[in-house]
Amino acid sequence: MHREDPLIIAGRSFQSRLLLGTGKFASHQQMAEAAEVSGAEIVTMALRRVDPGASQGNILDLLDPERYLFLPNTSGARSADEAVRLARLARAGGISDWVKLEVTPHPSHLLPDSLETLRATEILVKEGFTVLPYMQADPILAKQLADAGAATVMPLGAPIGTNRGLRTRDAIALILQEAEVPVVVDAGLGAPSHAAEALEMGADAVLVNTAIATAEDPVAMAKAFRLGCVAGRLAYLAGRPGERSSAEASSPLTGFLGES
Amino acid sequence: MNDLIHAIDTIPFGEMIVRAECADDRAVREILRKEHRDRWDLAVLLSPAADNLLEEVARAAADLTAQRFGRTIRLYAPLYLSNECVNVCTYCGFRRDNDVARSTLNAEQIRSEARYLSAQGFRNILLVSGEHPKWVNRDYLSEAVRIAREFVPQVAIEVQPLTTSGYEATVKAGADGVVVYQEVYDRELYASYHTHGPKKDYDDRLLAASRAAAAGVRRIGIGTLLGLAPWREEILALGTHAAHLYRRFGRTEISFSFPRIREAAGAIEPRYQVSDRQLLQMMCALRLVFPDAGIVLSTREAPALRDGLSRIAVTMMSAGSRTEPGGYEHPDESEKQFEIEDHRTAAEVGAMLSAQGIDPVWKDWEEALHG
Repeated sequence: MHREDPLIIAGRSFQSRLLLGTGKFASHQQMAEAAEVSGAEIVTMALRRVDPGASQGNILDLLDPERYLFLPNTSGARSADEAVRLARLARAGGISDWVKLEVTPHPSHLLPDSLETLRATEILVKEGFTVLPYMQADPILAKQLADAGAATVMPLGAPIGTNRGLRTRDAIALILQEAEVPVVVDAGLGAPSHAAEALEMGADAVLVNTAIATAEDPVAMAKAFRLGCVAGRLAYLAGRPGERSSAEASSPLTGFLGES
Repeated sequence: MNDLIHAIDTIPFGEMIVRAECADDRAVREILRKEHRDRWDLAVLLSPAADNLLEEVARAAADLTAQRFGRTIRLYAPLYLSNECVNVCTYCGFRRDNDVARSTLNAEQIRSEARYLSAQGFRNILLVSGEHPKWVNRDYLSEAVRIAREFVPQVAIEVQPLTTSGYEATVKAGADGVVVYQEVYDRELYASYHTHGPKKDYDDRLLAASRAAAAGVRRIGIGTLLGLAPWREEILALGTHAAHLYRRFGRTEISFSFPRIREAAGAIEPRYQVSDRQLLQMMCALRLVFPDAGIVLSTREAPALRDGLSRIAVTMMSAGSRTEPGGYEHPDESEKQFEIEDHRTAAEVGAMLSAQGIDPVWKDWEEALHG
């Protein structure tokens, strides 16, 4: 079924609906193993950690660029200007002209700055970048970012690193109703059931780092998230029945009325 | 009156200590279950009851550290610029009345030390100095920052309190961090240890972190020098200081350090010894109240303790350190600020972290982020 149900971002087709963040793993080796079993095809990495001169190697050295799309992020940027400079650096360094835009001025919660995120998106789209902005779960902003040319919108489920799940569920539902670009739920998803819940609602994909990287067994958790995403997407495509307050008979009680 | 000074001077120590002394297991566990914790919770987490439950407290702290920082620890190295000093701090080897070999690095020597650290793998350097207006002034510091930045993307300074424009100058030169410990939050004890020199001015030192934040410094390290005053009160004051900075300067990253007094030439013996267990307890307590604050551990501490603490609350460590000016290229030619306990090389500390399932992060900063 996956074959007929690709995720398409900026004209590129992906089979997996799980994007993997690489920042919090205990080792590069463990990250590579988790990436492998997660089935992820898009992995994010912090540009500020890329070190061309490192004798210890970089986080992505163990990943096959044929298999994964490396999506550099602008984590650490506190303004549009800083994020734009980072993105330009990634492009100049031949890393990518795709960028996961993160503008998070307050280190104590890392929530995104909506105004600066919109401003950076406008600049980067004009410069030809494929921009995937991390954003507040705000339906108006989602529209504005899509209008500005964002390739996806990436609303947060809960503050980053909190594992609290879809705290922004109602707002994400509104974003999904109106979305014209893929919606990737990013940040705060703490369990495979959270990922499944997002995909059941109709989100196009999820991005996970903390919940996998800091699990007791990150590789096993990567697999669990893969399955959670598959289950959630299948449920969405299968047309999940709505919730009801009481049991309902499967044959209509009033069926006889039409037979006269 | 300044509201930080007011906040520090009106901490209800008496009630907080009573709260701590009366706490039982249930009170501690209740706090461990909370999503957000305040300074009253901090008092309970510093209590004897929390000490009884230290394993549980440490587990909660370790979980939170992993959640917020991942299984990673950032590495940095101090680079001592000068041991000239006009102050008399009775616990410090650099005190002015101490007859020791003095030196201040010139540009070429700074370059040589920074080059050495960069070759070791460091991408984050802390420039440290005594206080001497003739040798270590604003121009000298700006030049030192610029030189260090030729080799690494991330540079912080640990020097005397500067004015707001002084901090602006170092930011402009390329520094993104400032470390300024109050040393002792207890005013009376502060006065007893800082007997001569500009450092006698408690309020000026207390407000330095706020000036740095106002000047656009992104990372600010605050701390208390353990051994000089009763530790519970000191940590409560440190927490109050941090809470103020978080509220006032949301864009600033805060980190805590808890250096324990070490043997130094001509220095006093610590009067209020802090045990390893107490050190762990205060780290856990601050982690639980300030989930996103960095916790820094220097080579003052012994390898076994550093290895253990790195799994619980620490987010940043120095390694392979020398505490005398020029000490990397020319060890033992000048007086050290203090003796270190962990003599492992940077690579050895990195390997230790990897063996414990912690990714040593050398570079965590990018040129493009400098505004």
